[in-house]
Amino acid sequence: MAILSLENVSFSYDKHSNAVKDVSLSVEKGEYVAIIGHNGSGKSTLAKLFNGLVLPDKGSVIVDGFSTLNKKEVFEIRKRVGVVFQNPDNQLVASIVEDDVAFGPENLGIKREEIGQRIEFALSAVGMEKFRHSSPTRLSGGQKQRIAIAGVLALKPQILVLDESTAMLDPQGRKEVLEVIKKLNQDNGVTVITITHYMDEVVDADKVYVINDGKIALCGTPQEIFNQKEVIKGFGLELPLCAEIRDKLARQGVILPDGILTKERLAEELCALKRKS
Amino acid sequence: MRIETEKLSYAYGESKALMNLALKDVTLTVEEGEFFGIIGQTGSGKTTFVQHLNGLIKLKKNSGSIKIGEFDLGEKKCDFKKLRARLGMVFQYPEYQLFAETVFEDVAFGVKNFMPETSPEQVEVMVKDALETVGLNYLKVKDKSPFELSGGQKRRVAIAGVIVTKPEVLVLDEPVAGLDPQGKREFIALLHKLHKSFVKTIILVSHDMDLVAENCTRAAVFSHGQIVAVGTPKEIFSNAESLEQTGLDLPLTAYLTNMLKQAGITAENDYTVDGLIKAIVSEINCGGER
Repeated sequence: MAILSLENVSFSYDKHSNAVKDVSLSVEKGEYVAIIGHNGSGKSTLAKLFNGLVLPDKGSVIVDGFSTLNKKEVFEIRKRVGVVFQNPDNQLVASIVEDDVAFGPENLGIKREEIGQRIEFALSAVGMEKFRHSSPTRLSGGQKQRIAIAGVLALKPQILVLDESTAMLDPQGRKEVLEVIKKLNQDNGVTVITITHYMDEVVDADKVYVINDGKIALCGTPQEIFNQKEVIKGFGLELPLCAEIRDKLARQGVILPDGILTKERLAEELCALKRKS
Repeated sequence: MRIETEKLSYAYGESKALMNLALKDVTLTVEEGEFFGIIGQTGSGKTTFVQHLNGLIKLKKNSGSIKIGEFDLGEKKCDFKKLRARLGMVFQYPEYQLFAETVFEDVAFGVKNFMPETSPEQVEVMVKDALETVGLNYLKVKDKSPFELSGGQKRRVAIAGVIVTKPEVLVLDEPVAGLDPQGKREFIALLHKLHKSFVKTIILVSHDMDLVAENCTRAAVFSHGQIVAVGTPKEIFSNAESLEQTGLDLPLTAYLTNMLKQAGITAENDYTVDGLIKAIVSEINCGGER
């Protein structure tokens, strides 16, 4: 069953050009969806349409049966859709970490004891328990981003939208946050929509949408998308570095199978190649 | 300008008593001409370190020394305006710092601020030059509001505002975070172009190990406010275990080299993509002949 669907949605910030043009898509409950596209392609606008931060000029956005166009239903939608944006400095509201994480659940009117539990859950999910009583202003960029993610996790959203939320994290932090998100997806059935420039974050998705010039240009499994190398490059995107290396090797006469998207697979194929020769 | 810090320490607020130092005895020399990487987990002190380099964070008493060319940042008479004209700093998400009504005014701000004696005609020449250097069409963008531009363009305007004074040293904190793959590639190309022209030294703070392995002459690894390793990418990424302890990853090239080694295949290389490919190709070909 589709938990989120867009039907012929168009949106523009000004009269001159549409940021999103006639987009229709539907996301199933429990799906892990990746959205990619170059800067300015309209990806972030989509994220804002998902929870009613911006409203469609044409068409409709339906979340779990509620429409963002119906003012009375926006609250229900925000309960279900949690969005983490790119820059943490724009998302932190309180002067103490735990207050910041509690802000969302407090707004939903959740009981005090449960808020406590949710803070604990959310902070441990992002590995920031130690900073519970710190001031966000004293944290580094990456640490602040983890707090921003915790603030959304504390809402226990059914749909988690990540708009380049891992851009400021270090490799370890990114890996940890991605593991948390995957776990939420697999164990708790949270629907995940990740908007990202990291091609290796796309590899694990069930479905990938490529956005170009405000429209859906491609849709498919990661494998299907990355098989269309030239098309992808034409949209200002790139293959994961692994696939890039595979292609460069092929040009030098070292042929590996097609469709290598992860570093583990590439290493495996390289080692196998040597054994054969 | 050579950059030298000795036993640099720093604590935010008054937390010294809690032994919660952001920087502890950081001693580092970056020579003129380097493309130097600074890597480390979030909160390891990287940003605090680079913010010392242009005096944004003032050196405290008995907290070590910083010397940049002829500037001694511990001295009272140190001319920070002059220093900042020669050592440009690009912060995380620089596009959030744009403020003026037009792109021209925003870029010109750096000149007016750090080189107030510059004539208006000269300012115009410098702004035009800076915008063209970062790949923007001067006539098309100069009168626009910075807020009308796309994310990638905004970032270019922000960089133009820093390089407008033609700094010898350019310090960039996570400059490619949030850029799309093509934007990232173009940005790296821009850095190399600047490095070949008036920018002599680049210091790049990054989480992207692939980026550091591919582009940097040397790098320093920060962990808990200290430098735990300095060397060429090859030296740093050869030591996988100690790197993992600092919460960092290997670049893909080093990972693949290691995996090959474990399988009994030596493909020594400098951890650039081309270096790795060359090593693999020659190893596979030689192996075939043996």
